[in-house]
Amino acid sequence: MKTVKLTIDNKEIEVDSSLTVMQAANSVGIKIPNLCYDERLDIFGACRMCVVEIEGSKKLQTSCSTKVRDGMVVHTKTEKVIQARREILRLLLDNHPNDCLTCEKAGDCLLQDYAYEYDVKFRNHTGKIRDRYIDDSNPFYVYDAQKCILCGLCVRVCSRLQVTGAIDFVNRGFDTIIGTPFNDGLINSDCVSCGNCVSVCPTGALMPKSKEKFRTWEVEKVKTTCTFCGVGCQINLLTKDDKVVGVEPVKNAVNEGLLCVKGKFSFNFINHPDRLNAPLLKEDGVFKEISWDRAYEIIKEKVDKYMAENGPDSFAGLSSARCTNEENYLFQKLFRAVLKTNNIDHCARL
Amino acid sequence: MDKNRLISIKEEKRAKIIENLLQNDLIELVEDKVVLKGDYYKNQLRIALRNCDIINPFDIEEYIAFDGYLALHNVLTNLSQREVVDIMKNSLLRGRGGAGFPTGKKWEEAFTFDADQKYIICNADEGDPGAFMDRSILEKDPHSVLEGMAIGGYAIGANKGFIYVRAEYPQAVKTLKHAIEEAKTLGLLGKDIFKSGFDFDIELRLGSGAFVCGEGTALIESIEGHRGMPRPKLQRTAHVGLWGKPTIINNVETFANVAPIILNGAEWFRSIGTEKSPGTKVFSLVGKIENAGLVEVPMGTKLRDIVFDIGGGCQNNKEYKAVQTGGPSGGCIPKEYLDVAVDFESLASIGSIMGSGGMVVMDENTCMMDIAKYFLEFSVDESCGKCIPCREGTRRMYEILELITEGKAQMSDLEELENLAHVVSDTSLCGLGQTAPNPVITTLKYYKDEYIAHIVDKKCPAKSCKPLITYTISDKCIGCTLCKKNCPVDAIQGELKVKHSIDIEKCIKCGSCYEVCPVKPVKAVEIY
Repeated sequence: MKTVKLTIDNKEIEVDSSLTVMQAANSVGIKIPNLCYDERLDIFGACRMCVVEIEGSKKLQTSCSTKVRDGMVVHTKTEKVIQARREILRLLLDNHPNDCLTCEKAGDCLLQDYAYEYDVKFRNHTGKIRDRYIDDSNPFYVYDAQKCILCGLCVRVCSRLQVTGAIDFVNRGFDTIIGTPFNDGLINSDCVSCGNCVSVCPTGALMPKSKEKFRTWEVEKVKTTCTFCGVGCQINLLTKDDKVVGVEPVKNAVNEGLLCVKGKFSFNFINHPDRLNAPLLKEDGVFKEISWDRAYEIIKEKVDKYMAENGPDSFAGLSSARCTNEENYLFQKLFRAVLKTNNIDHCARL
Repeated sequence: MDKNRLISIKEEKRAKIIENLLQNDLIELVEDKVVLKGDYYKNQLRIALRNCDIINPFDIEEYIAFDGYLALHNVLTNLSQREVVDIMKNSLLRGRGGAGFPTGKKWEEAFTFDADQKYIICNADEGDPGAFMDRSILEKDPHSVLEGMAIGGYAIGANKGFIYVRAEYPQAVKTLKHAIEEAKTLGLLGKDIFKSGFDFDIELRLGSGAFVCGEGTALIESIEGHRGMPRPKLQRTAHVGLWGKPTIINNVETFANVAPIILNGAEWFRSIGTEKSPGTKVFSLVGKIENAGLVEVPMGTKLRDIVFDIGGGCQNNKEYKAVQTGGPSGGCIPKEYLDVAVDFESLASIGSIMGSGGMVVMDENTCMMDIAKYFLEFSVDESCGKCIPCREGTRRMYEILELITEGKAQMSDLEELENLAHVVSDTSLCGLGQTAPNPVITTLKYYKDEYIAHIVDKKCPAKSCKPLITYTISDKCIGCTLCKKNCPVDAIQGELKVKHSIDIEKCIKCGSCYEVCPVKPVKAVEIY
């Protein structure tokens, strides 16, 4: 590994020569603001928020797309840099609805955070704002073009990570929005509703169609493993008053911040009144709740009875992709070693 | 195909072509060289346009008759890749697309970068308003571009070339297609050219009307099948370009200069033009100019010589006001700088750019705010929408210019305009955004008094901004009724031989009355 020495905000550091200035700064805890950067994706360079001053360059440089060089002297917080960032934020706010009071994303919105940090406020102007365009054709999430800052994260996550390519930039210049082929609506596109676009959206432009009302500061995040299949995606369950109100993917995990439609959107069953919480026994055509001990007793009685009458092959087991590998292993072990039958199958095989 | 064949074609064809042209009085021979006849061409030196209007672009043999493909032959049979790169470096040829990056240096970057596949691209996505230099070369001398590309391909080690040409140039597309087919048939493109072992193929790619695709990285995205949006330049395209491979992108005019440099040598090329910008440059001289058209002159020629000696000054003997060079990315050059030398450095020093060669001449009746607004509107339309400063900022600038030309602006708007101009130019992603404010910046620099007249006095000094002018009829009116007859909205009242008057409520300020008023020397219709 070749390394270079450079100075960032008067701090001398030595880093891998393949890094960008932003990565080098991050590695020593200097945060550079950005709206379009994602370490999983190619450098996009659209938001221009990450500009820094590099001694010897007349113009400001974007730190996401500038490689470190030996002897480089970088300043990330000069007056010129701050002013440029403020102007960029002002341009964004000039074309953004002033409805943070009721916006679902409030508290979790990067634009809001930066506007606060850089002290940029909404202002009145007579200029044009982007036309209203809302695509709510997808059952799981909704796109609101007016809140979109066109960072392109959704487009790139969809095409590069999810490899679906359902959405892209549509129109040109000021009229650009995110859309689907022929503006046919998300429901008619290739979209698989994985919601990874929703997870990366820095503003309220892409939001889940959640029925739960919550503010980001009201929820507790509980890290857990998604139960839908054996991949083991790590998720944070967002809980409010002991109720799951949302899901977000965990980035530094096997799923690298990605989820599928089930993991991202299907958590309503947790609090659903129809959800089974205890074993049921059908007596005289009616299901009745029983204890686990009682259920095991019944199972054992019946297994003994039919084993004696019909032998091992009168049993068959069907396991589920919702179980972990270990659970599936134990399940087949139970059938093969204890019940002595090979009649064992799994829904993922179908 | 070999050298003897090239020479025999030349001997057979050349005399016939010249004879034919002489008969039609289209050319004259100056020291054995063919030059187009007429005053317009007298002060020009045509290198890139050498064959334009002389040969038939649909006959490759006519191109060969004027030394065509001899340079390629020389390169493939006598020169190493390094030698070709060195000739180009020594010639100091600079990219004619606008930025002026030294071509040889660019080629060297790709030549020395090791890769299994390299590409050479001709950028024929000419899009500046009023610019048609590349179009003429493509339509009238396509082989000069193909030959230049093949030489470039050999130099850097690429066996595949693309010409990215805008679909709005159907004639150029047709000519290119035909030229590529002809060159392939004669073995001047394709496998084992001149039995040198060098293969080179060229494919056309048609642009779909986005100006930004003239930007190198957006052009690459477009060829790759993506939306044409510029990439941040983390690596040079000479190292990581089309499909991640080393790629050289040169402009049409740059390629057209390659074969003459190989044939005549770098020294010859450097003897033309200025020390830092050798060679010639093609300009398309348009606007309020007497003789509009393409002009190729040595670099360093004074702007005055181009506009007045060749162009013949402004139409209708009106006073020259400014010339806009470099299209929407360029700036306006006022009267006091008419003696500036037209080369990369001199133009940059006065806030404009060389650009690809558009020269729009404006006379006294042109309002500079209107011009700035026009070019900015172009940038607003053509912004790809990727980066925030260009997408949002150019639009806000345009809105302020609208207010100014409608007489609704305040001085604080002017400050905001200046501020935005700097933000957009300092922070935009690509050349389009970075240079989009130039028309505003230069007009603010040279015509600030006009801005103030619009904002404070609510007057348009050039009498061009409709909301700021009023038409009236003075006592000089002879009551001829001509204006009354021509008014499209019946805003003029008056009887024959009695002074007429204009109802300013009805008047749409179309100027018809002013145009037709026969009173001399000062018209009876007055504009305030």
